Amino acid sequence: MPTDDQDEASFERRLAAARERHGLEKRAAADGPGEERLPVNPLALMFRVGVELVSALVVGVAIGFALDRWLGTRPWFLALFVVLGGAAGVLNVWRLVAPRPERAGRK
Amino acid sequence: MAAEGSSIDALSQFRLGHGLGEVGRSVNFTNANEIMLLAAALILGLLYFGMRERAMVPGRLQALAETFYDFVYNMCIDQIGEEGKKFFPFVFTLFSFILFGNLLGLFPYFFTFTSHLAVTGALALLVIVLVTVVALRYHGLHFFSYFFPAGAPKLLAPLIIPIEILSYLSRPVSLSIRLFANMTAGHVMFEVFASFMIMLATALGVIGYVMALGPLVLNVALMGFELLVAFLQAYVFAILTCIYLHDAVHLH
Repeated sequence: MPTDDQDEASFERRLAAARERHGLEKRAAADGPGEERLPVNPLALMFRVGVELVSALVVGVAIGFALDRWLGTRPWFLALFVVLGGAAGVLNVWRLVAPRPERAGRK
Repeated sequence: MAAEGSSIDALSQFRLGHGLGEVGRSVNFTNANEIMLLAAALILGLLYFGMRERAMVPGRLQALAETFYDFVYNMCIDQIGEEGKKFFPFVFTLFSFILFGNLLGLFPYFFTFTSHLAVTGALALLVIVLVTVVALRYHGLHFFSYFFPAGAPKLLAPLIIPIEILSYLSRPVSLSIRLFANMTAGHVMFEVFASFMIMLATALGVIGYVMALGPLVLNVALMGFELLVAFLQAYVFAILTCIYLHDAVHLH
């Protein structure tokens, strides 16, 4: 059985840790988003990369198709936005796997 | 939902039906809605009954509720920073709804509403609209500088801006497709292995029954994996929401 003193010290320590965790104490703000906390399981990463690539392409195709329908310029906007969508997909993947300092330096 | 003849009908489990009998039919209340309501009721029940005691030393239910709360709260603070507290209710709702949807979907005869792109798409749209509104409120029109990284050559603007906008717009798509594809793929695999068992048993008699143990073991293992996926996908959805909110609040 711990004495009251030890109890007190341990309680203070845990309280401080909890307060810090909950952002009650201001801490050094520059730790940025913890994207590296995402599961780093290679299979999951592979799946994410695939989804990022495809989804950007899907958005590109959708916008290109819609613009073409609207302006009657088939296939020019579609062709343009497929390329842009593919580039955006690569950008998404780069954001996903880019090393930390690079990401902080960008933007 | 068994295999008819030799064909495997793995997708009929995602078909929407009506819930709640005649009343449900007349107002188009689907079986997906049933599970959504059940998920919401379970979450509210967990929090209400878990926290009713307010014991200093929590019991099981209270410990679960508190862990749940703390987990999401820490995620918000870690990812978004100080402002994370404001968005905690939203992220908590989102996370718990998706998590319970995924987990409830693993029960036999239960509908997995997160396996529908309409549902995940609606959730992702909600997230992205909120993120955009938050960014506009915090930064006003300065928000649009997000689409052009500082220091990039002006000459490249016509190229960079559309790409950045497309990348921004692809967020809800990737968010919804990821959840939808994971849940659908898992449930299709369940169905396919289960169909193998029935096919083996009907085609080969006694030997088939013994061989059907193979797919059964696989399905049991798959169930464990799907439990992980159910949790992980809800986590990924919530944490990406947090990351997008961080971007919206801090704009880099």
